[in-house]
Amino acid sequence: MIGRRSTILTESERWLFPLVLLVSVYVTFRGHNAPGGGFIGGLIAGSAFIIRHLAGLPLTFGSGRRLVPELLIGGGLLTAAFTAVAPLAVEGSLLESNIWSFTWPVFGDVKVVSSAFFDLGVYFLVVGVVVLSLVSLSADPADPFDEGDPEGAP
Amino acid sequence: MFLILLAHFIVATAALTLLQARPRVSAGLGVAVLLATTAFTVRWGVVDGDPAAQRWEWVGELGLSLNLRLDSFAVMMVLIISVLGAFVLAYSAAYFDPDRVTARFTGYFIAFAGVMSGLVMSADLFTMFVFWELTSVFSFLLIGLNSEKSAARVSALRALLVTGAGGLCLLAGTVLFQVELGTTSFVELATKGPGGTIITTAALLVLVGAFTKSAQFPFHFWLPGAMAAPTPVSAYLHSATMVKAGIVLMARMSPVFADIDLWRWLVVLAGGTTMIVGGARAMHSTDAKLLLAHSTVSQLGFLAVLAGVGIPGATYAAVVHVAAHAVFKAALFLSVGAVDHAVGTRDIRELNGVGRQMPVLATMAALSAASMAGVIPLFGFATKEKALAVLLKADETVGAVGNVALALVVVGAVLSTAYSVRFVRGVFGTKKDAPGTPVHHWPGVLLTGPVVVLSIASLAAGVFAADAGTLFDAVASTLDARASGKLALWPGVNTALVVSAGVVVVGAVVGLRVPLTLTSRVNQATGEDRNKFSGESAYHWVIDGILAGAKRITRYSQNGSLQTYVVVTMAMLASVFVVAMVQGDAPTIEGMTLADSWLQAIAALVAALFSIVVTFARHRFVAAVLLGGVGLSLAVLFALHGAPDLALTQLLVETVVLVVFLLVLRQLPRVFEAASNTSRRMVQVVVSTAVGVSVAAFAVMVNSARTAPTVGEQYIAESVPGGGGKNVVNVILVDFRGFDTFGEITVLAVAALGVANLVVMARRRASVDRMEQRA
Repeated sequence: MIGRRSTILTESERWLFPLVLLVSVYVTFRGHNAPGGGFIGGLIAGSAFIIRHLAGLPLTFGSGRRLVPELLIGGGLLTAAFTAVAPLAVEGSLLESNIWSFTWPVFGDVKVVSSAFFDLGVYFLVVGVVVLSLVSLSADPADPFDEGDPEGAP
Repeated sequence: MFLILLAHFIVATAALTLLQARPRVSAGLGVAVLLATTAFTVRWGVVDGDPAAQRWEWVGELGLSLNLRLDSFAVMMVLIISVLGAFVLAYSAAYFDPDRVTARFTGYFIAFAGVMSGLVMSADLFTMFVFWELTSVFSFLLIGLNSEKSAARVSALRALLVTGAGGLCLLAGTVLFQVELGTTSFVELATKGPGGTIITTAALLVLVGAFTKSAQFPFHFWLPGAMAAPTPVSAYLHSATMVKAGIVLMARMSPVFADIDLWRWLVVLAGGTTMIVGGARAMHSTDAKLLLAHSTVSQLGFLAVLAGVGIPGATYAAVVHVAAHAVFKAALFLSVGAVDHAVGTRDIRELNGVGRQMPVLATMAALSAASMAGVIPLFGFATKEKALAVLLKADETVGAVGNVALALVVVGAVLSTAYSVRFVRGVFGTKKDAPGTPVHHWPGVLLTGPVVVLSIASLAAGVFAADAGTLFDAVASTLDARASGKLALWPGVNTALVVSAGVVVVGAVVGLRVPLTLTSRVNQATGEDRNKFSGESAYHWVIDGILAGAKRITRYSQNGSLQTYVVVTMAMLASVFVVAMVQGDAPTIEGMTLADSWLQAIAALVAALFSIVVTFARHRFVAAVLLGGVGLSLAVLFALHGAPDLALTQLLVETVVLVVFLLVLRQLPRVFEAASNTSRRMVQVVVSTAVGVSVAAFAVMVNSARTAPTVGEQYIAESVPGGGGKNVVNVILVDFRGFDTFGEITVLAVAALGVANLVVMARRRASVDRMEQRA
């Protein structure tokens, strides 16, 4: 944290945070057909956490549970790895895409490509990396001698 | 045969996992497996005609397969391994308390017995190498069983490094054989025989490997050190099995390759020296177990001469003496263990009157020692007699080297008798002027039983030497068709008998005369040799040298200065580009336009302006923001070029990086410090200019140097049908080049975790420092 807590940031964070997260998910999934994708989506979601962090709020979701960035990174990597090797189980080649098309009542024609899960892994991993950087580089509230932050951490 | 080995590993695994709390149960299972091995070996192994063979394809594409062959020699070795293994395992059940360490011991022990059986059954050098390395690994684990003792760890590491280095020599030799002759099978190697420098080199490399494993001079020093292991381990690994691996290898190779002059001389000189050095060391030992360890070294030297010299009769003598040695040495080790267990010491200066208190154990150990000394009517007498008879005639077939071998062996044999006497006198004898050693735990039947059985076996084989000799005839014949021989309890009065009698008399006198308190510079606890000119000090010199060299290189290349790292990395980058440009054809720059549009030109100019201004920034904060400006201008360029994905990514990366930068800046001084000296500054300027210029030039040239068609078209065409997406960039990332992406995100994850941990560690240390300052 740098400087004093900003009221404007704190207030705008309240609606900006969920909105940016929503956008990030949207961008991730549209990525296959339009500009976007897991990496970009992950960075957008990371920006949501940056806003939250700059507003001086703890890095939690609404329920108040603290985020564990290492878990996001590991989970993301595992998801991607699993998607990569899954085709081997059904006699495909590594990273081969599978395309399922079906029609849902409301959504109309839906096409799901298996590589979307790969992108989802990338998404979580990138979010994890950004959050981890924020957590590890910002002031440690448990350390009373952290001179980098004269105002004290949130 | 593979099933037998598999059974070993299953029981070993069970002992280490499921049965960890019940080592007695796993020891029982282990004994069962070893006895089953004995039974199956006898059933399958003793056949007329071609011996049983099995082949297991390992890596088919590379032509690697494991080949086992159960010929008579293999049968003999497997029997030694399994029968002695069963004895030692039963003994160890009484020797150890049933705890976790015992569970580990049992597991490693059974696994070791398995790989050792594999080693002696190997039909080719490659298979043998695989098992060879496995025995090194398990012996490392067994020697270091008491891992909380530093002596055990040091000895285990030393044994591993020495035998491991030998293993590398063996591998090199194996590869040379494979490349030159197209085979490593012992049977086929024997038909091809020596010839040419490469074959000679290969054979000698294999020989060096055998020397390290069988503790031949100058590699003998690891074996006494391995005495840090519990007594049952010593009894098994360092008498009966692992140290015999080198002898087995020599016995397999020497009938053909001993015709290489250098081979024969090396074997005789190294083996003979080992025999004498080991014997002399044994005479200087006060720890009974260390005495036996040195005596093993000495006996291995004897065996190496016999097995390696390549005379048919000597090969026969080697085979019978391998058996004789395994039996008496295991008995002796186990008797020392029993004494140690009973009175709590094995220092021959302290032991007194043990023989009077434990007459059965003492008698039996004395029988085995007599076999080691070569006294009639023990088995060791018959085998030594045979060896002497062969070596007396050796100069007729191999010339001068035969006489050298004879001389060394006679001196070594004198020492053998001497240390056998010293052993019995020291461990079981009664000294006049000292109090008797009190016995705490009387050894039970499991501790004395194996000693009794093995010693009686030595006696029986000696008395019925003629029958025993016939049994081994077939064994030796599988190694060398000419190596047929027979043993006799009373060969009649001949030169060999006279020499033998002289050896025993002189040896006995020496053994009785040399005071038990005689010690040397060899550390009596660890067997570490402090002599300045020994293999041991050479080993330390090499190891210390490697470690010091590694430290020096690390200090030099990893000096901790970020500036140096960046300068080196960038200089390498620039040189790669420069080399690539100089190597290629003279480039022609064609089809270049200055700019596609006014907007593009402006964006490029802005980027250039930011880059120039950033070099003049004095505040770190300003520099960070200006660098962000460079990135944003690039994002604009990407967008203008119709690459929205790239532009978006660039934009977001710049944003996130700027925030992370600001977080880092909290820890750094506000202002850049001026470079400490001008030459350093000049280097930085030159390198950065070189990088900028070479990258720009390379980018221009690469565009006009294209020879292959672009893959872009293909990707675009394949995007929807293959990847199911209209955004080609994304499809490339997650599908076409998904493997790259996976690599990149892995790197990203590792880097992020690494940086985060470094930061946390540094902060914790700084915090502790500050607290200490205030306190």
